[in-house]
This record gives sequence, structure tokens and C-alpha cells, in this order.
Amino acid sequence: MSTQNQHKIIGKSECRVDAWGKVTGRAKFAEDYNVGHQLWGKVLRAKHPHAKILKIDTSKAEKVAGVEAVLTAKDIPGSKVFGIVVSNQAILAEDKVRYLGDGVALIAAKTEEIADEALSLIEVEYEPLLVVTDPEEAMNPETIKIHGDDNTFVHHKVRKGDVDKGFAEANFILEKKFKTQFVEHSYIEPEAVLAEPAEQGGVRVTGSVQNLFSTRRSTAAALNLPLNKVQIIQATLGGSFGGKDEAMTSMCIRAALLCLKTCKPVKMVNTREESMLESYKRHPYTLYYKWGVKNDGTITAMEIRIIADGGAYASMSPFVTWRSVVQATGPYYCDNVKTDIYAVYTNNNYTGAMRGFGSPQVNFAIESMMDILAEKVGKDPLEIRLQNGFERGAITATGQNLEHNVSLKEVLQKATAEINFQEKWKKYRSEPNTQKKRGIGLACSYRGVSLGAEGTDAVGTIISVQTDGSVIVSSGITDMGQGAQTQMSQIAAEVLGISMDRIQFLNTNTSRVPDSGPTVASRGTIMGGSAAKKAAEIVQATLLTTASEMTGLDVQSLELKDNYLIDIESGQRLASFNELAAECFKKGRPTYGFGWHKSPKTSWDEDHGQGEAYFTWVYGANIAEVEVDTETGKVDVLNFVSCHDVGKAINRGAVLGQIYGGVAMGLGYGLLEEFEIENGIPKQLNFDEYSLPTSMDVPKIKAIVVENEDALGPFGAKSIGEPANELAAPAIINAIYNATGKRIYELPANLERVLLGHKLVRPKERGSVLKEKDIQAAMHRAVYELLPDGTFYAEIPGLQGVYANAKSLEECREQLQEVLEKEVA
Amino acid sequence: MKKIKISTTINSKKYYLDINPNVTLLDLLRDELGLTGTKRGCEIGECGACTVLINGEAVNSCLVLAPQIDGKELLTVEGLMAEGKLHPLQQSFMDHDAVQCGFCTPGMLMSSKALLDENPNPAEEEIRTAISGNLCRCTGYVQIVEAIGKVNK
Repeated sequence: MSTQNQHKIIGKSECRVDAWGKVTGRAKFAEDYNVGHQLWGKVLRAKHPHAKILKIDTSKAEKVAGVEAVLTAKDIPGSKVFGIVVSNQAILAEDKVRYLGDGVALIAAKTEEIADEALSLIEVEYEPLLVVTDPEEAMNPETIKIHGDDNTFVHHKVRKGDVDKGFAEANFILEKKFKTQFVEHSYIEPEAVLAEPAEQGGVRVTGSVQNLFSTRRSTAAALNLPLNKVQIIQATLGGSFGGKDEAMTSMCIRAALLCLKTCKPVKMVNTREESMLESYKRHPYTLYYKWGVKNDGTITAMEIRIIADGGAYASMSPFVTWRSVVQATGPYYCDNVKTDIYAVYTNNNYTGAMRGFGSPQVNFAIESMMDILAEKVGKDPLEIRLQNGFERGAITATGQNLEHNVSLKEVLQKATAEINFQEKWKKYRSEPNTQKKRGIGLACSYRGVSLGAEGTDAVGTIISVQTDGSVIVSSGITDMGQGAQTQMSQIAAEVLGISMDRIQFLNTNTSRVPDSGPTVASRGTIMGGSAAKKAAEIVQATLLTTASEMTGLDVQSLELKDNYLIDIESGQRLASFNELAAECFKKGRPTYGFGWHKSPKTSWDEDHGQGEAYFTWVYGANIAEVEVDTETGKVDVLNFVSCHDVGKAINRGAVLGQIYGGVAMGLGYGLLEEFEIENGIPKQLNFDEYSLPTSMDVPKIKAIVVENEDALGPFGAKSIGEPANELAAPAIINAIYNATGKRIYELPANLERVLLGHKLVRPKERGSVLKEKDIQAAMHRAVYELLPDGTFYAEIPGLQGVYANAKSLEECREQLQEVLEKEVA
Repeated sequence: MKKIKISTTINSKKYYLDINPNVTLLDLLRDELGLTGTKRGCEIGECGACTVLINGEAVNSCLVLAPQIDGKELLTVEGLMAEGKLHPLQQSFMDHDAVQCGFCTPGMLMSSKALLDENPNPAEEEIRTAISGNLCRCTGYVQIVEAIGKVNK
């Protein structure tokens, strides 16, 4: 039952609490923080994507005037590695570099220019190793190992029923392979921190950090300090989308190391190039889908095998792939399921959390399969989804009974009705071939809310009413632009019966709020909001008790509304909120509430891949209408419908904003964006080469907000951040098929894939992966010799004319490679 | 390096500056004048976060050398408010939920101010063209386009 009409603040498009600061330029982002005598911190990064470090000589850099510290791994007092699940990410590489973004040494200097000069004087000797770039090749036991003795570091599975039996029952088998790409988060604000020595020892770091508590844990471990001596403060965050987690942890630790070494404030700011080179990306997946299907469209078996490129470090891969394995079948009935997902190390950029967190990849495969199935059995995309889609009481692939309001069919029906989907779909597929062809595509999904059985899920929010009736709120949930502070403020204002202008929200500070876990998994509103509601209710109880004493009326007959204390029966204003707050102070009562919310129980059996994975789920459906230029391969998205059940929209404008932004990012994923890495070397390091959707690319978007309130969310609210982003790509791909009859199996659907059906390979002279591998292999066979005159000589046995002679080993190696490359070309 | 003397007006305030000739306008604003509302996003003129107005024209301040502003009149996001009141564009961005992380916001405001000063009632396509050099990763541009379109309505 909707309670919308009773609410004063919930459900309205209240202005964001942080909007004023952001439109006036007052908002302080991390790079905007400066203090006197600050030093500039800079990182020397790897020269090879995979190499042993033989020697690091910092002596020349140390002699540069203005340089105050030069650090390498040996200067780290505590843990030299960090990582949420697998602790193996080097703060600074010591014996080996594993991707081009690895840090090798740090400099703190008076100016950025001096730091840059000093960086160029650090000499590092490497012994290059074979570079592993293909995740399936990485799984081969013969392949060189990047960590330990196995490149495969995650294997999650789901087992339900018996797939052999399911395939035997099928009339036919659908078997397809899909591939997705590396994607850059592309937060417009590059990473930045300011680390300052703390008065009582330790360090205070202000930065563009998404997950402050995990960053604090790793920083404290690296510095050998207790948690209370490491204070991490969130600056206003210029976008994150899952990206300012480990990328910021390493920057915080490095700045803190330099700060404690020099006892001076140290500022570090990444250029865009440094940011794109070092930061982690969304995982590329290779997905093998095999479905057993009956002639009527019933799915009898799903066998799914997925390989995720984890890159150089484990990062969030174990969790990202876990969400994928849970959601890999989509919201469709199937009694026999066998899913396996692997994450493997390569020498590519490591991969981790990005908005969607393992769902955009599987949704692309599932929703493509669904359309392929529809075509095979002669149904339309809506019919096939309505036939196979979950309803209340469905048992998922992991054995979870969906007992809440399963609104999959509702969102499908609302989205398709909005744009006349079925009629257009039939019309477009039968239109004659012309240069410009239109098409329409549908995709839907279910998504587990919050962390699920991935980990501890609890949040603290603090509300403090001041003696004049103004209010301060803070939380362990961070705002990175999604509007968490505003949602929590609205919930507090609703419960306290006050207007939003009374609320001041403090940015998160690890020393002032309890560890609330990371702000990820679209858990901000449902978890932070629930904690805010509890905190507000504690304060409300104190206020009403005091009011009852003040007025002699029963607590039950009083309410807080419109900044006043009201007698419910007469509607009469008995006192202002300010007077009530002042009265509490006079009576010595705390108008302070600490709300702690722990999520309901979830469960997971890793051996059998079964469990109650998430405590509740959300449902969404997206439709894209496109126009394809069949002579150039260009795809224009003309119209878009995005329908999501959010439980309850706390802030309508913010929910719409999440949907529009999610669609735009999904459009980039489907059509434009690809972070290419060739033989360990990234090809795009700034926005001139990495294309983001601009205002000219994003179509008209119709957002439909469905509100089936969920008893487990504050005022019924669930989530929208990630659901909004996970469906646009498959909707577009299905629309391209509807227009052209060509199916795209690899993202993104850029000009060449749409026109030619495959990606264009770069010209040979730029170095294809194969040739690069041959060169690497040959370089591995090189023999070096120290000549009597102190210079180095190198040759490759068996390759006549390929030799080099230089003053240093490193120079000699470089020359040799140049000669070899010329020879091969 | 020999410094260059310039005079310029920024947000209606006259400045007499002694600057290094290799300093970009973006660095001058942020690092020397403390006007950090103008943002650094890519430093190659792609993202538009550093957009300011020079004699009313929207430019990427990362691509302008500071000496080029000699004798010119600049407006940055800090200069949009007048007599303690928000500029109608700022108010419209707040009213239409056009702000999320806010990092692109100053640049968006400056590009749209240049547009509205020339063309007070632009069509949607004109708005989209005017802000096509300003990247936003949060909003999908929808509410920004709405906010700009409604300023003078």
C-alpha cells in the first residue's frame, strides 16, 4: 500500500543538500585542498608490464635540490601489500612489476616540477618477463605465473538440478560465445589526496576516496599504526562509480608514507594519463552460454562458463564474479543449471568494482540469448520473457525463494507499453533494406540489493539536533555524487518533521563515524537510509517525551510536523521545533541519535553454489530504439525507455538522475567505450582517445519509476544506482539485430563491428599482439655480457645481426629490442 | 624565467599580475589566485571542466596561456553570484536536479551562460550543441539540458 500522500519530504524532488556548494564553486574537491609548506608527491611507474626488478638506484634523484624524500618498497614500515580479499597488491613493487601502472618509487619535493625532474633520475634495472594478456591463455598450466603457482584465483559455481538431464529433455541446443571489454570509470575528477601529519602522531588524509574504512585499514597496516591514528576524510567526490577504491587506497598509503617520512603535508594529484594508466577497470568477460530449449520456448538447461580477466591484482574480482555467478541465468525459470566462473591474473590493468559489479557483462549475454531464443521459437522478445520470467515465489538458480513483490512482469509491461514495443519490433524487422534502418530492442534483469552474502553489511548514521533547532547529520555511507547525503537528510527531516534547510551534512570522516563498510552495491539508500531513520527515531522519541512534559499531553497525541510540535487532534501548533530543542537542552537531554542498521540474514554455500544470496531484489526493463547507418556502421540511439522498480523513490529528481546517467553510461558500454590494452600497454590514456558519450550522443530518455515498497527498506526504498546502468547495452544490441539482422557478440558495437562484424586489427607495424609476443620471447633468450671496458654487450643466439652495445644493462637491453623490432618489421 | 606583467579583470575585480609566461590560465586561477571552482579534468581541452568566459566567450582554460588574458575580462563560476544572490542559471541547476557529483557543474554553467547571453531562448538542439564540449559522467545530460532550457521561461 502506498503511503505517498502522508509524506511531507519523502518522494519529493527536494534540492540536494550539496547543490548550493556545487553551483557556486564552493564545494571543495580533493585537489582544492592546500596547506602551507605542502610537498608534492609523485610516483615512478613500471617501464614494463611484466618484469623482474633487478636494481633500483635513487641516489641521483636524492641529490636534486628541493627533493625531501625518495622512497621504495623497503621504506614501508608495515605491510607492503594490501587487498580486500587477497592481500597481494603492491604499494610499491619490490621484486617484480605486474602491469604498467605499478608504482616503483615515490618522491616528495617542494614543487611538482622538481618532483618530475627527480623521477626521471631514478634508475631501475629490469629483466623483462613474458607478458600474459589473454585470460584463457593465462589459465594454461604452461603459462608463466603472475602470482604464486596458479593464475586462476577465483572459481565460483552454481549447481542446480542436473544439466545432462536438462539437455536430454531439450528439443534443441543454443550455444553462443560473448565477449566484453575493459571499461574506464571516467570519473571527471582525477584522483587526489592531501596527507598531513596529525598532532598526536599518525596521519590525516583528505582525499577523493570512495571507501574510507578499507582505505584506512590498509593505510594503518602499511604504516604500522593503530586505526585511531589514521584519519581518512572524504573530500567532495567528483564521481567514482566504484572506481575510487583501491586506486585511492594506494594513493593514500603513498602520500601517508611520504608525509610521515618528511613530517610535512604531502599532496598527490594524478594527471588524467596517470589515472587511466594506473586505475582498475571493469572486467572483460568471455562468456560461453549453452541452453537446452524446448520448441515452445521453455528452457530446460543452462550451462554457463565465464572467464573474467582479473588483470595484475585480485582487487574485487572475487566479489564481482560472485555477483555474476548468482545472477548469470537472469530472472528466468530453469530447473537445471551449471555455472562456473573463473577470475585469472594477467599483465593487464587490474579489474575491480565498477557500477554494475559483474552484472553488465552477464546481462549482455543473457539478454542476447533470450532474443536468440525468441527468434528460434518464433516469439517476440516480450512474449519469451513473459513466458520464462520470474514471479513471486520463484526459486532462483541458487535455490532462493523470492518472497517479495517480484515485479519483473510489471516493469516489462510498463516499459513496452510506453513505446509500443511489439508493434515497432514487428514493423522494423520486416522493413526493406535501405541505408538507414531502424530497430528496437528490449532487455530486463533482476538484481540483488546491497552486499548480499559477500560480507558484513551494517551502517551507522548520526543525527544531532543543535540547541537552536538546526541539525547536523553524518554517516559512514559516502556521497560521491549519487545523492546519499540528500536521501539520508530527507529521511531524517521526514521523521523529525522539519524542513530540509535545517540540515547540514558532514562529509564522512573515519574518526567520527563507525566503520560502515564500503559505499557500494547500491546500498547507500537502503542501508544508510535505514540507519538515518533509526537515528532520527531516537531523537524524535526524546523530543516527544520532552514535549509531553512541557504540554502535559500524552506522547501519542503529539507529532512533529512543518517545524512545529503539533497537537494531532486539534492540529494546533504547541511549540516551534526550535523551542522544543532548547527545552531538551535545558532539561539536560541529548538530542543526539546514533542509528545502526544491520542487514537481514543472507547465506551462501560456496561448495554447492546455493543460498539466499541477497535479502531483497530489484527489477528493471530497458528499451532502445536505434537507427543504424548500414553503409558506415554508425548507430544512433533515438529513444530510450528505462523502467525500474525502486521500492520507493526517496527523492524523485535524484532517482531520475540516476536512471538518465545510468542509461548514458550503458550507452557508452554498448556503443563507444573500450579501454584497449595491447601486450600490456594501454592504448587510451585521455579523453581524446577514450570516447565518452556527450550531450549529442544521449537520446531522449523516458524514465518510468515503479514503486512497490519493500518492508526491508526505509519507507519502502530499495536501490537504483547500479540497476540503472546494467541494461542499456543489451537493449541496444538487440535493437541493432532488429534493424539489421546482424547480431553483435562482442562489445562495444562500434562502427567496425556493426559494419564488418569484427574489430579492425591495427596495422602490423604498430605491433600486433602475436608479433609482440615473438619479440618478448626472443628478448627472453637474449644473452648479456659485461665487456672489459665496462660496457654491456647483448645478442640473441640464432638471430644474426641482432646485437647491441651500451653503457648500462638497461640501455643495452633497450637497444637490443629496437634492433630486434626493426629486424622483425 | 622572465616574468610577464599583465592586467586583467576577473569576476569584476581588477588584477595586476606578475606571471611566468608558461603558466596556463587554469593554473593561474587555481594555484595562484585561489579560484578553485574551475576544475582540472584532462588538461587537453576534452572534458570542459575548466571552462571559463573570456570576454564572454566560453574557453577551456587549460588551453590558454595566462599571458593571453592581458587586458581581457574573465568570468569564472565564483563570479556568477551577484550581491549574494544566485544567478538564474545556478538556481535552475538546483531546481532541476542538474547536479550530481558537481565536478562538471562549473564548466557546464559557464558554457551555458555563454549560450544564454547570445541566445536567451535556445532550442534543445542548440543547448546540446553548446554543452557538447563539457563531459558529464553522472547525469546523462537530461536534467542539465532541462535546467538550461528553463532559465528564461
